[in-house]
Amino acid sequence: MMTARLPFPQSRRRRVWLKPLGVTLALSLVTAVAAVWLWLHPPTPLPSDASAAIGGRFNLTDEDGRAFSSDSLAGRPFALYFGFTHCPDVCPTSMSDMARLLEALGPAAAEFRVYFVSVDPERDTPELLRTYTDLFHPRLIGLTGTADEIRHVARLYHAFYAKVPTGAGDYTMDHTATIYLMAPDGRFAGTIAYGESDATALEKLRRLVGRGTGSGGRG
Amino acid sequence: MLRRTALALAGLPLLLFSGLSGALHAHEHEVRVGDLVITQPWSRATPPGARVGGGYLQVRNTGSAPDRLLSGTMAVAGRVEIHEMRMDGQVMRMRALEQGLVIPPGRTVELRPGGYHVMFMELQRPLVSGETVVGTLVFERAGQVQVQYRVGAAGAGPDGQPHRH
Repeated sequence: MMTARLPFPQSRRRRVWLKPLGVTLALSLVTAVAAVWLWLHPPTPLPSDASAAIGGRFNLTDEDGRAFSSDSLAGRPFALYFGFTHCPDVCPTSMSDMARLLEALGPAAAEFRVYFVSVDPERDTPELLRTYTDLFHPRLIGLTGTADEIRHVARLYHAFYAKVPTGAGDYTMDHTATIYLMAPDGRFAGTIAYGESDATALEKLRRLVGRGTGSGGRG
Repeated sequence: MLRRTALALAGLPLLLFSGLSGALHAHEHEVRVGDLVITQPWSRATPPGARVGGGYLQVRNTGSAPDRLLSGTMAVAGRVEIHEMRMDGQVMRMRALEQGLVIPPGRTVELRPGGYHVMFMELQRPLVSGETVVGTLVFERAGQVQVQYRVGAAGAGPDGQPHRH
């Protein structure tokens, strides 16, 4: 009502309309960019935030080049870690920790496996993963897959990973360095954080492995 | 006689221990360059096919001016960078230190797993546990110095044995 009586010439009034239109377009653009960015870099909540949602079914390729389905893990506890073989520091440290803990668990953990899921499927062939995991312990099993398959597993576990260029066409990976502990029913049972003490980690593993081997127990 | 036997028995574990760790730890490798003292450079075995490895050591600055570890070389690496690994919550992030690593006067800076490391890139062959590989380090003030990295097991600690928390 007010605008109708404004004494602006026609051209000026048109520009008045153009301004909100421009703002709307700019906001849409920002939203679109944000949407694409979020799609490319999905937010990664910490594992402790939503324990119920961690884990789920996935299909990958094992270190012998065979199809691997998470269904084969049903009824058994297991541990899972995201890493890559070109990782000079945190992965070898964590894997040698796990190897030592597996030894400490003894025969009770004979059927217990730790899965090393590659976040660098481009370079991590099954063969390379087998060589790598066997360097530490025979019960560490490497898994790889297509980029989509890896992305799917990482989402299930709320794990983060990202490629970081290091110059000369080379790259490294940033990634979540947590050991995920999974119960026989496939549910999330806790984590072992990077650098956690042997005593605490061993206690967690004993409890987890006990769930799998205890017969007629606490269900 | 009895005393001698007791002594021998007491010494036995010591001998065994030194025999075990001695192979990798026979003498603490120490090099001086300018005001800097570099102690015990070591590395870890790498899996076949891996193209990177980490070099670790301690640098003590006995001078009164800060120095900076800028770069280096390693016999079987195409390229060497100085990197920092840090935990961002549960996420491991690794970055090249473009400006180098500052070694403040009167301080010792340790390059170790989970922190700073000399990053061996474009490895021409795997690093094998028990071997020694030669490299150089380049400092802003002190200049270039040759070091020998003792290679321990994959995931080993500075003594070549599996590290413990």
